[in-house]
Order: sequence, then C-alpha cells, then structure tokens
Amino acid sequence: MNNIIKIAFRNLYRQKRRTFLTMGIVAFGVLAVLLFSATADSFKNLIIGEITDSMLGHIQIHKKGFVGALDNLPLDKSLNAKQLKTVEKTLDAIPEIEGYSYRILFGGMVSNYLESTSAKFSAIIPAKEDVVVPLLKDRLKKGKFLQKGEVLLPELITKGFDAKIGDDIVLVATNNDGSVNGQPFKISGIMESVMGPTGKYGYVHFDDARSLLRMDKIQVSEIAIRLKDFNDMKKVYSTLNEKLGATLNEKGNPVFEVHTWEELSPFYNIATMIDLMALFIQVILIGIVLVSIMNVMIMAVYERTKEIGAISAMGTLPSKIRLMFLFEGLFLGVFGSIIGVIVSIFAIFIVNISNITVAFGRNSNILLQPEISLSQIGITTLIVIFVAIIAVLEPAFKASKLEPIEALRQN
Amino acid sequence: MSLISCKEISKIYKMGEVKIKALNNISLEISKSQFISFIGPSGSGKTTMLNLFGVLDKPTSGILKVIDTDISKLNYVERAKFRGEHLGFIFQNFNLIPVLTVFENVEYPLIMVKSIPPKERKEKVLSLLDEVGMLDQKDKLINQISGGQKQRAAIARALTTDPKIVLADEPTANLDHKSAFKVMSLMRKLSHEIGTTFIFSTHDPKIVQEVDIIYTIEDGVLVNREKRSKK
Repeated sequence: MNNIIKIAFRNLYRQKRRTFLTMGIVAFGVLAVLLFSATADSFKNLIIGEITDSMLGHIQIHKKGFVGALDNLPLDKSLNAKQLKTVEKTLDAIPEIEGYSYRILFGGMVSNYLESTSAKFSAIIPAKEDVVVPLLKDRLKKGKFLQKGEVLLPELITKGFDAKIGDDIVLVATNNDGSVNGQPFKISGIMESVMGPTGKYGYVHFDDARSLLRMDKIQVSEIAIRLKDFNDMKKVYSTLNEKLGATLNEKGNPVFEVHTWEELSPFYNIATMIDLMALFIQVILIGIVLVSIMNVMIMAVYERTKEIGAISAMGTLPSKIRLMFLFEGLFLGVFGSIIGVIVSIFAIFIVNISNITVAFGRNSNILLQPEISLSQIGITTLIVIFVAIIAVLEPAFKASKLEPIEALRQN
Repeated sequence: MSLISCKEISKIYKMGEVKIKALNNISLEISKSQFISFIGPSGSGKTTMLNLFGVLDKPTSGILKVIDTDISKLNYVERAKFRGEHLGFIFQNFNLIPVLTVFENVEYPLIMVKSIPPKERKEKVLSLLDEVGMLDQKDKLINQISGGQKQRAAIARALTTDPKIVLADEPTANLDHKSAFKVMSLMRKLSHEIGTTFIFSTHDPKIVQEVDIIYTIEDGVLVNREKRSKK
C-alpha cells in the first residue's frame, strides 16, 4: 500500500503546472466557503446576540393567543398569579435556565403637556432584565438606566417630539376594565431601536406599569428566559412545551404558548437565508472540486493509457491500478484543502485586523469579527475529500478496466 | 516438458462487419530455456502470437496452454495474476514509469505483483541491475538515461519476478543497431544463464543470429521453423 501511495504521490509531479492549478482551484473553493461562512456567521451571531441579549431573551412564554395579538397588546391575555406559579415551578426545575423576567407590554399616549404621541412600552424589573437581557443597558443612547418613576423613551419618538432627558411627561394608558389612566414620569434616557417585535418599545418600571394600568393583582404579558447555554435552546423549548402544554383551561385549551427567539424575530428568516447562501457556496465548491479533479484525472488516464497497459500486462491487479488513481485524486483534494485552509486562516486574520464594519438596519457600525471553527474546517475538508474520491472513481475504474492489449496499442 | 503448447490456434478480429484472421491454425511447442524469435513482416501476426503467449489475449479457436494452464479458461483478474506469477514483458517503447528511478522501476513488479520483504527485494534488484550493467544508473530517472539503457532496465524489470517466460515484442525497434545487438546479446546470455525462456518478435532478420529457434510467420500462418545450433 505504501508503494501505491508513493507512486500516486509522485504522479502529481508529472504535470506540475496542471497539478498546482487544480490544487489552486480546490484551494480557492475552500477559501470561498470558509471565508464566507466565517464572515456570515460572525454577522449572523452578532445580530442574533443583539436581538436575544438586548431585547427578546432566548425563549419567551405568553398566555395562549398573546403573540398573535401582539399589535394590540391585549391586557386580558396576561398571565395571572396562579398561572405564573405554574410557570415558575416549571422554570425553577430546569437547570439549563440562567434566569427569567416578567414583563408587561402595553400601548399608550405620551404627552409633554404641549403635544402627545402614541408609543408602546415594556414594563420591566431592571434587576431581573440584567440577567435575561444583559445588553439591554447598551441600547441606552442617552441618559441613565431605569428607576421607579422614570421612563426610557424609544429614540423614534424623540424625533419630532420635544422631549429631553429630565423632562416630565405623562403616560396615558387604557386599563384592564377599559378606563383610562394617566401618570407622570421623568425621562431618564433614550433607547436605541433594534430589529424585532419589541425593538422600538419604550421602558418603564414593572411596578409603575402596575399602578398606571391599575393592576391590583399581578399580571404579566410575557416571561423572557435566558439559558446558560444558547445551544440548549431546542432542548429547553421542548421541555417547556411538554410541561406547560399539558396545562389546560376549563375549556380544555392550552393556557400557555412557548416561543424561541427564532419564532419571534424576523431576523431568523435572514439568518436562514445566510445559512442557505453558505450551502449554495458549498454546492459551488463541490462543483469546482468535482469538475476540476475529474477533468485532471480523465486527462491523466488518457495520457498514461500505454503505461497502464504495461503495468497491467506485468500482472498488476485492477484493484491496485484503481487504488493508485484514487490516491492521486485524493492527494489533489487533500493538498488543495490544506492550501485552502491555510489561505483562509490568513484571510480571516486580515479581515479581523482590518476592523471592517457593515451597516444593517439601524445599526451602522457592526464590526465583522469572523472566526473559523475546527468543525467548519473539518466539515469543509471532509466534503472536498469525499467529492475528490467521487470525482476520481470513474477515471480510476476506467483505468483498471483497460484491456492491456488495447492500452499498449495507444500512441 | 513444454512451457507453451499450441494446438491449431486461430485468432480472428472483428472490425465492424469485417473479420480479420490474424492467426490461422498454428500448432507449436516451446520448451524451457530457449531463446526464440518470431520474425515476419509488419501485420504478419507476430504481435498477436506474443499477446496470446503473454496471456494478454485468448485464441478464437484451438487450445493454448501456457505452463500447463489453458488460458481460455482464465478470467480478467486470473489472467493478471497468472502474468504476474509466471511471465515477464519487455516492450518496444520500454514503458518504464517516468516518475520512478531505474531502481524503483525494476523493483516495481516485486512490489505490485509479488510480496517480497524489502531487504530481499533490494538485493534482488541490485543483482539484476548489475547483470544488465545498469547498477551505476540506478538512481536516475527514466528521462535521464539513453534508449539502450532504458531497454536494459526494462529487461531487468522483466526478470525481477523470476518468470518462466519473458516476452518481448520488437524489443530493438527503437534502438540503433549497436544498442540492438547489445540488448539481444544480453537477453541471450540471461536466457542461458538463468534458464528463462525468451520469446521475442522482430521484423529485422539481422538481429536474430543468436537465437535457438526462429519461427517465420506470414499472413497469420507459420511458414517456417528453423532451429539454430547453440554457440
């Protein structure tokens, strides 16, 4: 076997230029895949991190029907104390959960005593939000973070509405029973908008919202959950669905609904598109490797027909001739991959030190920090090796089946 | 004892609708340690004859036994194994592997066809290279040696597996006269020294002076068998 490998390896030197060109094409394909994957993943993970860590959390629990009616923010689709107890009991029993936070979502009017505008608010418990969405505070564009009696206005409202940090405003909202109530607040800060269902909401303290909305008993619109490990999301999601899904109301319908961030944020579709594009690039890589290696090996068999005839005449078994060509194709794939991986690591390093920023939505300064994982390198290399073997099968079989007489006759 | 036994063998090739009779009803016996030549003009059937003896092809009719084996009954892989076990080949165009050195080319059949321990393999190859006068060229690549040297390397390669029969189709066709005579003398010497039967074909009657038996073929028919006295 060692000698078959040695001959196969040396055969690469017969047509040096062609060999290096083929390896170069394979390397370019690997570079395209790894550079695109690393950059796209960096961008995707950055945005997903921003969405989950500054707004949504990883998983959310609502009363059944709330997410479907999110535009109206119905207070009657809030979770009550008894239901919250059920949820708490379930959440506390799941070790993968880092923390959770209650929120009341409501719509209302903001008035600065001269003019008014409509806005939507998320009422939060700041200490709990710190655990669930640690980057929420980073969205503060101006001012300081929330305390009782204060409001964080969304930046979109502040354009065309005269409101500055420290100003007094009044929030007016419709209560559970249909009556309207108003309450004064001090503007403590302006929040940057992010992409997603509650990305353009203002923030008030949970207790302030309860008094504004005249909630005598606790009511919660949503429970945002953060996991210790993001990768456990599917597992925890199915556990929650299984446990909370069993809770039915008196009509026999489920009480709760559980959603991952993917179901709540439109960015998930963009992330899926990015993954799809990475897949397309991989398909192109497969095409490049397949065509280039198959082409070069068909040429090799054609050029060496007489030699194949000679070694076959000497008694070399077809299986050994086949192996020789298989190893030759394999080497083209392996060495092309190795060159591609080295060039990719270098290219990713260059992108990282170049501090390249891109704009996405309202975020104009997203710093690309592509990273390449061993698994990405491994998968791409394995694809190339697998495809190289597939590409060389036909020429290798053709070579091993040549009739020595016919082959020796070739000029 | 006959190494090769032919009984009324014929070989017919089909070229579309046309049938070409390359060999017609040939019977002969070839014994051990002989130095035999098939001569005849181009297209007479010499190469077809050698292809059959070399188990590269099967006769259309008749019985051909090579080392007591009816080659018509062997399949593709069995024929390859048989060739590796019992036969050696020398080609007109040498057909040495250009990416290997002279030593590695001679070693090739011992690696690919027979499994011999490295030490024994090396000794064998060096001894053969010494026999053919190529020991000082052993580390050169094929494109670094002359045509005559290539054919001497090819002779050494053909003998590495200790074949009972070595077949050489026009082994001197690509050599000048001086080299051709040297190659012929070498083959004859080895044939008598190591007891291997050499069968070669040529269309050049000048170089067959040293053979034991000359078979003349014309239009696929064996027209003459001339036995020479050994010198």
